[in-house]
Amino acid sequence: MAPLDFAQYALFLILVLLATGPTGRYMERVFTGNAGFLERALGPLERWIYRLMGVDPKAEMGWQDQAWAFTLTGLAGAAVLFGLLMVQQFLPGPPARNNLPTPMTWDLALNTAVSFATGTTWQAYSGETTLRHATQMVGLVTQGFLAGGTGLALGMAFIRGFAGMKAHKGLGNFWSDFIRGVLYLLLPLSLLLALALVGQGTVMAFRDHLALTTLRGGSQLLALGPAAALESIKNLGTNGGGFFGANGAHPFANPTPLANFLGMLAIVVLPAGLTHTFGRMTRRRDAGWMLFAVMTLLFALGLGGLHYAETARSAALPVAVAQGPNLEGKEVRFGLAQTVLAGIATSNGACGSSAAQPGSFSPLGGGVLLFNMLLGEVAFGGLGTGLVGMLMAAVIAVFLGGLMIGRSPEYLGKAVRAKEVQLAIVYALVMPLTVLALSAVAVSTGAGQAGFSSNPGTRQFTEVVFAYASCAANNGQGMGGLSANSPFWNLTTALAMLLGRFATGALAFALAGSLSSQRRRPRSAGSLPVGSPLFGGLLFFTVVVVTGLSFLPVLVLGPVAECLSLK
Amino acid sequence: MIPQIRPAILSVLTLTILSGIAYPLLVAGVARIAFPDQAEGSLVRKAGRVVGSVHIGQAFTDRGDFWGRPSATVGTNAIPLPFNGANSGGSNLSPGNPDLRRGVAARVAALQAADPEQLGPIPVDLVTASGSGLDPDISPEAAGYQANRVAKARGLSLAQIQALVRSHTERPQFAFLGAARVNVLKLNLALDAMQGK
Repeated sequence: MAPLDFAQYALFLILVLLATGPTGRYMERVFTGNAGFLERALGPLERWIYRLMGVDPKAEMGWQDQAWAFTLTGLAGAAVLFGLLMVQQFLPGPPARNNLPTPMTWDLALNTAVSFATGTTWQAYSGETTLRHATQMVGLVTQGFLAGGTGLALGMAFIRGFAGMKAHKGLGNFWSDFIRGVLYLLLPLSLLLALALVGQGTVMAFRDHLALTTLRGGSQLLALGPAAALESIKNLGTNGGGFFGANGAHPFANPTPLANFLGMLAIVVLPAGLTHTFGRMTRRRDAGWMLFAVMTLLFALGLGGLHYAETARSAALPVAVAQGPNLEGKEVRFGLAQTVLAGIATSNGACGSSAAQPGSFSPLGGGVLLFNMLLGEVAFGGLGTGLVGMLMAAVIAVFLGGLMIGRSPEYLGKAVRAKEVQLAIVYALVMPLTVLALSAVAVSTGAGQAGFSSNPGTRQFTEVVFAYASCAANNGQGMGGLSANSPFWNLTTALAMLLGRFATGALAFALAGSLSSQRRRPRSAGSLPVGSPLFGGLLFFTVVVVTGLSFLPVLVLGPVAECLSLK
Repeated sequence: MIPQIRPAILSVLTLTILSGIAYPLLVAGVARIAFPDQAEGSLVRKAGRVVGSVHIGQAFTDRGDFWGRPSATVGTNAIPLPFNGANSGGSNLSPGNPDLRRGVAARVAALQAADPEQLGPIPVDLVTASGSGLDPDISPEAAGYQANRVAKARGLSLAQIQALVRSHTERPQFAFLGAARVNVLKLNLALDAMQGK
């Protein structure tokens, strides 16, 4: 590994480490009722929103109410966006209709609405050939805050399930967590990041495509638009759907290495900070830091794996071409390191904003991204949902640990009984069941196979599994060799996204409710040492083995077989 | 369930106004004051005429120009249209795809035919399509590879061209973020300027 590449990875992880303490502390304050000067400035607005919504922000909500609130907000968001997409051709403003050749069919509108409302932001369309600026701004930017904010509220309810000392201590108020997360975290950070991006060259213009004559007299049409507003929240809210078709590879979206670096930090810092919020609110900071350590280890292994895979010479290059990494689908300005960093941050972070085209990655490189998504996005993961996924794995880990040492399992003083284990196992099964069942349907039907447009052989199989893994994990990146804008693909991927968001969400709220019904037992000699490296190792092992056992056959048939066939 | 319906709908509508309208307008307003050029696409002018954007590559095919990366963008009806700024995207071809092998071989042949004297290894970025199809940059090695051809076609010395490439090589940001790169449009503009065109 070249020293400069290593330095970029190291700096990134060091900055995440340094930010986790302060970010975690600030989030604890936001969600326990004291957001500092922002609260003094925006408090009246917050209270006005509660009055409008007709909610009492201090009222404790049970897990069923929270799960309904989470689901209904998502569905309401999807309904509004679906309506907006269907009428967008009548909306005022640029771009002109003849600049948007992709038709907005009902199935594409449904897919897009579900996609953004679930925080997946899988894009079966290209922004600059399909959407009005008004749609991108009013529709998609809003969904970024909605999906990010509700995910964060889910994470907070989950933390409170573990943190409550007394039995039936509530999970807080969903609406309060959601609105406070948006007002005191996402909006201000997004504003700052958007302006930083514009400073680097991200466009923010309300104008139609610009037709110009190039230096040598050719004609060129440049798609412009209010991109910076979307590009910042897409990363902060771990949504990932970009303004342009090429997403994070587009120079008007991600113009410089610094813009890319800031975007990747935006994906990771809040989910990483939540581990410390968890540690503080449960008064077991060691347990929070151990979750952080396991996430960092998974992340770092991904960096190493993807770097190794993409450094290797592409099989497509003849001898006259110099040695060097696989650059098909990659951008010169990012170099290998920023491309790899973006690949790992986005595939682990439930955020599909890759800075390159995964469709042209090497077999193993694509396999690393796929594996990260199949892990359930737990290496920092989606905003709120990443911590939930890791804690679900922790529940399974203490159950396994309890079996091994013959002790009744508990995590932070909350007993892990049959009910908790059942919920965690069902949660862990949503991903394999969704991905494997839908992949089987797609590869064995003509409608599914019709999506294969570019690549031969085992790559097609990888593209299918990649698509459903991305949708079920609410990630959103895709291997572009699959043409996914058809009724079959639009509807089946939408189903995967709904299951990946709302089925797992309901299970998470149910587990939080079950935990909160228990009194928290004090620490004793019999407690599992969940802050110890030994437990960290068990947790890491659980995450990798549960995923590995579920998906080993498809990984062998896809990336591994393709890799072997290239030699 | 019923009591959550109203707040669910109203939260969507409230955030539509707050984050879908107010927030982007605020970003646009501040951006217009603080970074007016960047917000509008960092356009490049020559003699008052807009000739492109510094961030978006252009198709150069003359032997006297530096060439950018191959671009896999298409126009309407999927007909190849390199550097189409209205339809970004990569080839999405996998390394094992025969189409990619054929495409790379054709680019290698075109580069060698344009400068038979250049026997050095061809930099990877000159024969592989970029992720956006709009990559404005090439590596310093890719510029160096083309220097001889450009010098001959323009009747300039190799040393002059190499010096120009060096002065147009951007180091990684803060000396370590990203990769060293040469902006092809700016480099070709500088070539023109050097010859008073």
